[in-house]
Amino acid sequence: MMENKKKKHKKHLVLPAQEFDVFLNALHEAAYEIIAPTVQDQAVVLDQIDKSADLPIGWTDAQREGSYHIFKNGERSFFNFNVGPHAWKKYLHLAELLLFTAKTNSSGFKTFEPIENVPKRAFLGVRPCEVAAIQKQDKIFLQGNYVDTAYKLRRDNALIIAVNCGRVSGNCFCASMETGPQARSGFDLCLTEIRQDERHVFILEIGNERGKNVLAGMPALEEATEQDIALMFGLQEEARKKMGKDVDTTDIQALFYDNYEHSVWNEIATRCMNCGNCTLVCPTCFCTNIDDVTDLTGAEAERWRRWDSCFTMDFSYIHGGSIRPSAENRYRHWITHKFAAWHDQFDESGCVGCGRCITWCPVGIDVTQEIRKLQKTNSPVEIQRVVNHGNTAKIFSGTSILK
Amino acid sequence: MNNQYANPMLPLNHNIARIKSETKDTFTLELQPSRGVSDFKFAPGQFNMLYIYGVGEIPVSISGDPCCNDKIIHTTRVVGAVTKAMRKLQIGDQLGVRGPFGNPWPLAQAKGKDVVIVAGGIGLAPLRPVVNYIIANRNAFGHVVMLYGTRSPQDVLFSREIQNWRKKHQIETCITVDRAAGDWDGNVGVVTKLVARAPFNPYNAIAMACGPEVMMRFTIQELQKRGIPDDQIYVSTERNMKCGIGLCGHCQFGAEFVCKDGPVFRYDRIAKLYDVWEV
Repeated sequence: MMENKKKKHKKHLVLPAQEFDVFLNALHEAAYEIIAPTVQDQAVVLDQIDKSADLPIGWTDAQREGSYHIFKNGERSFFNFNVGPHAWKKYLHLAELLLFTAKTNSSGFKTFEPIENVPKRAFLGVRPCEVAAIQKQDKIFLQGNYVDTAYKLRRDNALIIAVNCGRVSGNCFCASMETGPQARSGFDLCLTEIRQDERHVFILEIGNERGKNVLAGMPALEEATEQDIALMFGLQEEARKKMGKDVDTTDIQALFYDNYEHSVWNEIATRCMNCGNCTLVCPTCFCTNIDDVTDLTGAEAERWRRWDSCFTMDFSYIHGGSIRPSAENRYRHWITHKFAAWHDQFDESGCVGCGRCITWCPVGIDVTQEIRKLQKTNSPVEIQRVVNHGNTAKIFSGTSILK
Repeated sequence: MNNQYANPMLPLNHNIARIKSETKDTFTLELQPSRGVSDFKFAPGQFNMLYIYGVGEIPVSISGDPCCNDKIIHTTRVVGAVTKAMRKLQIGDQLGVRGPFGNPWPLAQAKGKDVVIVAGGIGLAPLRPVVNYIIANRNAFGHVVMLYGTRSPQDVLFSREIQNWRKKHQIETCITVDRAAGDWDGNVGVVTKLVARAPFNPYNAIAMACGPEVMMRFTIQELQKRGIPDDQIYVSTERNMKCGIGLCGHCQFGAEFVCKDGPVFRYDRIAKLYDVWEV
């Protein structure tokens, strides 16, 4: 029995909660700035922290459709909450980025690329769904024909310390999207918080050499026992069963492609305010717009790249008008991209099941419910060919004849 | 620069070497790199992102001869803030160029076949390089038909060149206008009507069309009526573009990024999307 108990896991170590600051110091020693969840303005947001006391210790959250609040639950857990409004993209795919400055000169103008000094950053408390989201954005910005240089610079400097989920919110559905509640890859280090009677520890999994090197800066940690590992998997299994939401992803691409024309879109448009909140809180949404500005004299110009949302009219504007002037089709575009087109573009879903779009929707539109509605009434219809009607007057007047 | 990757969002300065006013609202720019010698290679159908200092950047198709690497030629219509500012530039002025980007016309697949080119308005600009290429390799192609529709006789682009295509290079050109005065002895009506009587063998032909979306819909219908299969019809599509390299998301057309999967698409691959409203 003792033999069995002592069987150790090389990859899994035990970090006692009271040693957490030693761990954070090791990160500082390795020259990392630490970004982690912290409480601000009655929400758990991401910001720079120095010590474990800056974490939302003892806080938990309650999330429903269009509703979020945090409260103290009397416990001393470090990570007993789920994702807040911030996604890690705010540190990797900046909301605002100066692309270049241009200055006029005798021959015309000259462009200057900004010199960026991006600090080494340790992302502490990256949830499994968020690890998946970062991997999805990696695919877009790093693995295509063109590399997004600003993203790469930040990504290369980021150490990912994942935290597995022992609890889920009312809007979580990572199990359906197969991204959580346990992180399987994509991290440098991964923590699982265990509180059992008086014992409060973190099971620390080493993802790669980089993660391992960070630990070199602190006293050696004990290896985890079989029991600890079993406890860890048990917690995650429990979390998996408690998912607040779920989505049946069977044939989900066909579901959207077969239902471009469906009454559900019109109905959603009666509730959707086209505010774009869902696109801003979504950890995978990546669209950007460009703004050109000049100073008053015109001697200096700047190009800024900013997060954009497909819910605006300008998003698809070409001379003559917007491609998607109706609210229903802008919503359809967003959700179809996320759950169907993304598969064609990047061989995977664009949704990680974090539930942010449900929580932060001011009218509480729930993607999982909308998908269920589509599934219940899924009746692929051969779309009428508009040109065959010869009803061009209606086409040009902008009234859809398809409804 | 503090990283080893070249920033694909940074334009390269070019000088305007020539400006040609084509019609009332269209013009052609000839560009030369501000530094070094031009070695610009592109495939017909591709576009560049053109940056006007302080105003903005827009995608503009390349309208020059793909065999000439010593300059970049763009023909565009004045429609928005950037093209208005572009029209005001003088010879010697600078603008920024990123590119070439996008999926080109299927010239390799067109070899040995009849070629049907259908252009509407400024849609002729990205098709001119196709004609240039065909002329340079005339024996590799069968009958070549170029159907071109525009608003009025005064709006005909490259008119002298088109005459040469007909006279010297055995390209059947047919121009039609929406309206004309009495001195116009050509066709009047929509370009799509010309497809029915155009001389080509639909069972060994490839079609390339560029123009307003509604023109394309009817063109496709007419081509289908002639018996050209959908996989031999290619169309160029227009969408809002901010980056040109598939990263900004603006140009999505279903699952396609028009900037990198298009702008030229094989029709059967997007036929379903063509029938969806506001996709």
